[in-house]
Order: sequence, then structure tokens, then C-alpha cells
Amino acid sequence: MITIDGLTKRYGGFTAVDHVSFTAPAGRVTGFLGPNGAGKSTTMRILVGLTPASSGSAHVLGRRYGDLPNPGREVGVLLDASAQHGGRTGREILTIAQRTLGLPAARVDEMLDLVSLTPQEAGRRVRHYSLGMRQRLGIAVALIGDPAGLILDEPANGLDPAGIRWMRDLLRGHAERGGTVLLSSHLLHEIEVIADDLVVIGNGRIVASGTKAELLTTAGTLVRTREVAVLSRALAESGVATAPMDGGLRAEADAELVGRVALAAGVPLLELRAAEGAGLEEMFLELTADTQRDHSPTQIGAVA
Amino acid sequence: MTTIASTPADTGTPPASSPARVRATDVAPIPFARIVSVELRKMFDTRSGFWLMGSIGILSLLATAAVIAFGAKDDLSYGAFAAAIGFPTAVLLPIVALLSVTSEWSQRTGLTTFTLVAHRGRVITAKAVCAIGVGVVSMVVAAGIGALGNLVGSTIAGVDTVWDVTVAHLALFILAHVLGMMIGFMLGVLLRSSAAAIVGYFVYSFVLTGLTELLAFHQQWFAEIRGWVDFNYAQGALFEGSVTAGQWAELGVSGLFWLVIPLAVGVGLVLRSEVK
Repeated sequence: MITIDGLTKRYGGFTAVDHVSFTAPAGRVTGFLGPNGAGKSTTMRILVGLTPASSGSAHVLGRRYGDLPNPGREVGVLLDASAQHGGRTGREILTIAQRTLGLPAARVDEMLDLVSLTPQEAGRRVRHYSLGMRQRLGIAVALIGDPAGLILDEPANGLDPAGIRWMRDLLRGHAERGGTVLLSSHLLHEIEVIADDLVVIGNGRIVASGTKAELLTTAGTLVRTREVAVLSRALAESGVATAPMDGGLRAEADAELVGRVALAAGVPLLELRAAEGAGLEEMFLELTADTQRDHSPTQIGAVA
Repeated sequence: MTTIASTPADTGTPPASSPARVRATDVAPIPFARIVSVELRKMFDTRSGFWLMGSIGILSLLATAAVIAFGAKDDLSYGAFAAAIGFPTAVLLPIVALLSVTSEWSQRTGLTTFTLVAHRGRVITAKAVCAIGVGVVSMVVAAGIGALGNLVGSTIAGVDTVWDVTVAHLALFILAHVLGMMIGFMLGVLLRSSAAAIVGYFVYSFVLTGLTELLAFHQQWFAEIRGWVDFNYAQGALFEGSVTAGQWAELGVSGLFWLVIPLAVGVGLVLRSEVK
């Protein structure tokens, strides 16, 4: 379990992390979602003791990270897959971790096998690695100590869709065996594939958190009709808020209520269903809209 | 959108088999010797690290060969070989020590190093132990190459082999190099940037010595107190082979200002700073 309580980090007058509190429970994959510069990485660095906090506390498995006698055996950490000496081979980087943690040498090959790096690739120097290969190597370093907790910053960056699916299965399996997984991403689609719970951060503050199911429920109902104006007026009269989406409406009510309103208004429907991911995406954009760096179409496109 | 989260009720059941076979209670702390062995490995496991160390050996051989080839027959002595070998090693060893520290920041490997070993002081101490160890071993190897050169050189030249360096002198010689190495180490810890530390090291050992030399030449008052304030100059006594009590005191006082205090400040910064 990872517990963050009232964590704050100030750089001069700038507050990078502002009273952040959340818990990543054991047995679940917790996704830490937010746009670039929202404070995800700073929070994670504080969590593992690389950055001192201004106030608040962070505990991993019930202890401060610095109090863990051999941290790598209890918490696997991947903060930046590119933060490696380019002149070392992948195998050498794993060997350094294996030796530091005091593990049997065979563990290096087991890990290479687990993350699907071939012996040839493992013998190459990391400066020649693609980002996807670096991520796999970083995951291998994080997992080598067979830790109960995993803290991964943007681990899916640079992975292809098959790689993201592989990572999902790996992290899901870890959580199912009782492990704690905290991973961050600035890409909603990436994280909603992998995570059970979501913590959304914007401008250093937690703006939403809960299980993915909870956040989906609050995302409302998608309804499509050729008579959008009529339906939206009818819904408004029934006190249901709506927002235009994908040639239809997203209504903040369950499907049954929307259906009844449409029936009463005599509006034929083309589609009526829970808004699911699409709603969550809109929620993410909404929640972070006033904390985005900019509102240009390219930025929104990148998040979507 | 392919999966829906399981309900919170699922989390209530304890896991049948935990991935954490190792629990917090039975994890032993990392022994210091293991950190030292890993840090030692990290000094050699990159191509640049390997060749930096290799070049010390190669330059020692070249310097020995040069003394044999170009040295005057009358001057062939162990002292001549030791001096010739001492120069390249004295220049390169501090850079080895300095890079072992700065690469954690410049190459950003510190992100991994300081999460695997959460106590940065232990890592820095292990690096210092490695630096001193590598310094001593390199100097002993260089001294061996020099001895071999002295034997071969005098045989080729047909003159008597001259052993004009005592073991005590050799020990002082090694101490001087270790102190030089610690200066490099100190600059690495203080500046935490490879480029800045290397520039700082060359300024300290080449530019600064020239300036203090000039100052001592023109200013009588500086010449009188020089041993107490100029660490480079104070180390000169170590190369002479005999050190008086006064010279030891000068070495200690100047070393306090040039080595101990900046190193303490640097370590303090390393412990508090943010690793990014």
C-alpha cells in the first residue's frame, strides 16, 4: 500500500505539488493521471526520497521509503527509463541492480526473459536502445527484487500497442497476486486500459479520484439523435445537464431517465448508452482545462 | 475501453500468493561492502571508464619506454622512472574519481542508484573508498612498471641499476596521489557536473598553481605563509621524500581549507539536493 498524505512541494513561490493525498491500495493498479507538468513526477520523486517534500508525508508499505532496509526488494521503481549511462549494456544495468540487492545472478536472465529482451539486445549498449526497449529494461530493473510495490512514472511511453497490452497483463498479474501498483501517465487512453483506480491531478492538486467504475458512472450517458436541439431542450427542462459530443449529447443522467425524456418528447433515438471512455476523456479535459498549459487544438489532440 | 474495473469488494480478500515473497521483516539491510563492490564495478563497466583506467597503465608503459629511449644514461634511476610515470597518473586519477561521482548526475544514473540505496551518504562513502583504493592500487602498479623499467633500462644502457627511492618515499608519493585524487573527488561531489568538475580540476591544478607561484615570487608576505594556504604547494614536500613536522602541519591546515571543508559542504549538498 502506498499512502500520500497532505504532500506539498514548493519551489520558491511556485507550488508544484499542493496538498496531495491519496492511497494506492494493495491488489489494485492505481493510475496517476494528469497533463504534463501537473506534478506527477514530483510526487513520485518525493515518494521515493529523491526530492525532499516541503510538508506532508509519503509512506510505502507502511514506512518512509528511506527507512526500507533494502528498498529494491520491497518497492520497484522506474522514474525515467532514459536515465541510464548510455555506455552500459542492458545486461550490465540489470547486473548492477542484481548485485546491489544481493540477488542470485540467474535473476538477470529471468528478468531479460520476462521483459522479452533477447540476449543480443541485452548485450548492446543502452544508447542504441529504442525508448520501448529502455522501458522494458527499466521494468526489469524495477521487478528484479520481486517487490510487493511498484512505482512507475510513464512506463507505457514509447511502447507500441502490443507492448501496452503486455504491460497491462504484467501489472494486472502483479496486483492480482496482492501487489501494489502506482503508475502515472498523461495519456488517458493508455491508463484506462491498465488501471483499476484513477487519481487525476492538475496543477499540483488532486482534481478527481476513485475506481474507474465510479468515474465512468459519473461520466453520464451518450445519446444520439437527429433532433439534438429538441432533445437537449427536453432534457434541460427535466433538469438534466447536457454537453454536445460526437454528433450527439452527453447527458448527466442514467440511460433510463434519458430514454424516458426522449420518449415523452417524441424524439427518435439512434443510440443510447453509458458514455464510458468518451465521457471519462471529456471529464479529464474538463477537470484539467483550467490547469492546461494551453488550450490549443494540438494539445487537446495529444491528450485524446 | 476493453475492461471495466472490478468492484471494490474484490480487494477485501487477501492475496493467495503474494509477489512479495520477501517481506519487510526479513529483508536484511544492504551491507556496505556490497555497495563498495558495486561502485567499483561501475568505475570500469563503461567503455569510457575502462579506457580511462586502461590509459593510466598504457601511459605508465609509454613513460617508462620514453625514459629508457630518451633519458641520459647517467640519469637512469628509479627516481627518474617514478617521476615520469607519476605525471600521467597524477593527471588522470583525479578525473577517474571525479567522474565516478558526477556521472550519477550528468548521466542521471542517480535516479536508480539513490532509489536502490536510499542513503546517499553510504553511496558517496563507498565511492570515496573506491577512489582511494583505485588510487593506491594504480600507484602500486605504476611503481611496479617503473621498477621493471629501471631494471630493463639500466641493463640496456649497461649501467648499474640505481634504487634511489625508499619505501617510505614511495608511500609519501602514493599519499600525494591519493590526496590529488581526493581533490578530484571533492570537486565531483561539490559541483555534481562532469564538465564543471573537470574544468574546476584543471583550473585548480594548473592555472591556480601558476598564479600562486607568481604571487609568491612578487609578494614576500605570501611566500612566507604559502605552505599554510596553498594545498598544492604543501603537497610538494610529499614528493621530496622527507616531510618535517612543520610541513605536516602546513599540509593539514591547507588541506582543511582546500579539501575537508569543501568536501563537507559538497556532501551536505548531495544529501539535501533533489535528484532528477
